[in-house]
Amino acid sequence: MTTVTDAPVPEPTETGVGHQLADEVRLDLYRTMVLARTYELAILREYHADKGPGFDIGKGLIPGEMHLAAGQEPVAAGVCAHLVPGDAVTATHRPHHFAIAHGVDLDKMTAEIFGRETGLGRGRGGHMHLFDPDAHFSCSGIIAEGYPPALGQAFAFKRRGSGNIAVAVTGEGAANQGAFHESLNLAAVWKLPVLFVVEDNEWGISVPRTASTAVPSNADRAAGYGIPGHRVEDNDVDAVYEKAGEFIERARRGEGPALLEVATLRLFGHFEGDAQGYRPELVDVPKLDAIPRYESRLIEAGVLDDALRQEIAEAASERVEAAITFAKDSPLPSADEATKYVFTEEA
Amino acid sequence: MTTTAPSGRRLNTSKAMAEAIAQEMRANPEVFYMGEDVGSYGGIFGSTGGLLEEFGPERIIDTPISETAFIGLGIGAATEGMRPIVELMFVDFMGVCLDQIYNHMAKIHFESGGNVKVPMVLTTAVGGGYSDGAQHSQCLWGTFAHLPGMKIVVPSNPADAKGLMTAAIRDDNPVVYMFHKGVMGLPWMAKNARSIGVVPEGEHVVPIGKAAIVKQGSDVTVVTLSLSVHHALDVAEQLEGEGISVEVLDLRSLVPLDREAILESVGRTGRLVVVDEDYQSFGLSGEVIATVAERGLALKAAPSRVAMPDAPIPYAQVLEYAVLPRHERIEAAIREVMG
Repeated sequence: MTTVTDAPVPEPTETGVGHQLADEVRLDLYRTMVLARTYELAILREYHADKGPGFDIGKGLIPGEMHLAAGQEPVAAGVCAHLVPGDAVTATHRPHHFAIAHGVDLDKMTAEIFGRETGLGRGRGGHMHLFDPDAHFSCSGIIAEGYPPALGQAFAFKRRGSGNIAVAVTGEGAANQGAFHESLNLAAVWKLPVLFVVEDNEWGISVPRTASTAVPSNADRAAGYGIPGHRVEDNDVDAVYEKAGEFIERARRGEGPALLEVATLRLFGHFEGDAQGYRPELVDVPKLDAIPRYESRLIEAGVLDDALRQEIAEAASERVEAAITFAKDSPLPSADEATKYVFTEEA
Repeated sequence: MTTTAPSGRRLNTSKAMAEAIAQEMRANPEVFYMGEDVGSYGGIFGSTGGLLEEFGPERIIDTPISETAFIGLGIGAATEGMRPIVELMFVDFMGVCLDQIYNHMAKIHFESGGNVKVPMVLTTAVGGGYSDGAQHSQCLWGTFAHLPGMKIVVPSNPADAKGLMTAAIRDDNPVVYMFHKGVMGLPWMAKNARSIGVVPEGEHVVPIGKAAIVKQGSDVTVVTLSLSVHHALDVAEQLEGEGISVEVLDLRSLVPLDREAILESVGRTGRLVVVDEDYQSFGLSGEVIATVAERGLALKAAPSRVAMPDAPIPYAQVLEYAVLPRHERIEAAIREVMG
């Protein structure tokens, strides 16, 4: 655990990080980001492999909407590095990076995305509705509505004195929903151990945050509920790690919730098939990617070299391809059981 | 429930409901009750009367007016193994929090392939008859029952209120417990004669999904629920003197719906009247008639329904009474199917 709360504050670097994190911490953050990115690229490949001719969203081994989180890995890696067994995460419609960073079973998650009986939801959920009770992980396809259940998990943790916390994730578009504001207020009133995370990827599908949001930083909104708020600029994983660590420790100490917004990047479209005609700087988007930038920093700092980079990439690829093979080799659910599991009596 | 009162301790419906909650809270530390004005007020309709004194503010919890946040909180706590009872003060307020109810509470078990349970009770007050206007008088149980993944119970009397509450708290599924203000026996609202009745003192469980024949009859079946049960019984007792034998079936649960009880009764009487305080179209009354039609039961007369017309509920008493399924309309419908 590294926090900066009690440490002397050195001169900020250009990335906003006050001091260097331990090498092992930074390598772990890098590994998590690489695994999440490798996963999204593999899903991208599989998703588009059989959508043709043309693009039919309902076709293929992975049918339906697909919201990939490529570009947003620093948020999940930096936050989830602080989580311990029993901590909960509720994620969004774009959930894979948080699921991976939080240790959701990759085979079962991939099988769910492929709609298989071995999936987390036995093919009933899909990629926006992933539930892993062992990891206390869930996500919701409804904007901001993952926040309230996180309060309940935190409420149960507090009641039981487990010391666990809940992380509730939304995008910046969700910060204009009622559920967001109700949740911040209630968590503050009851001092629930929650970290609210806002992933500001600048776009609510096609609407830029400047056209949707009255304040420059959603972290400012924390003041309205009497809780700490902080915005990390520049998709900086080290800075996410530090501030999330501080807020999570605070919540574990019983001092209540906090809000962390991260200026991040949606590397792809809102969903696959989104041509993003509304996004004028589209050609420059890949240059903003945080992972190669972090990689260079680690190499410059002597934390990473080519051999290790290769090793991490290969390990990630091996793990991801194994999950995809597991999913593809798994049986489809039986059509006779399409309505099974509405009630517990059927489970 | 009958004209000859059985012996035993008598409670009103709100006290019977609170008694079930108290007994389950004593037995299971994971049970808690949460909602607006459920603490020192005791619930606007008396659902938690006296509970704060016994269980304290840690388990009888007043919330901010933030239904989305606190219903969602109940869902999250339930997924972690607690057994929350969460009160939505009026069902009419579902508009501000329905996403948590139907997209989360009701779907998580299914979406998780049976891996995550949501053992939660959502209590809510329903019904009109006291000039509370279009936003505080609705029943809306057909809307909830239409959305899959929630059990729906609707008690009509004190004993069932206790037994269904016990069953709801113990159920591993989300259960919506809809209590009509007119059956609670509140001192500040016109009391129905049957809102005070004998209630078993100890453990009392009414299984969810079982209708009850509350009056036997041979000429016509009235299928109904909640406050309308009492209106139907009043009419049935009156018509008995004229030689019309009316059977009254109290559904008690909408999900699961006791279709077999409906078919069995209508199969015997050959005539069907559905009395429903919810809106008429696309709802419970049509569902009951469809159940009979799909089974191909031979009826002696076309079925009839007495429900709220498809219009917002008016305020002035003369107008509200004109649309409520009250005695005159029930009697007319029975006479119509009797020919």
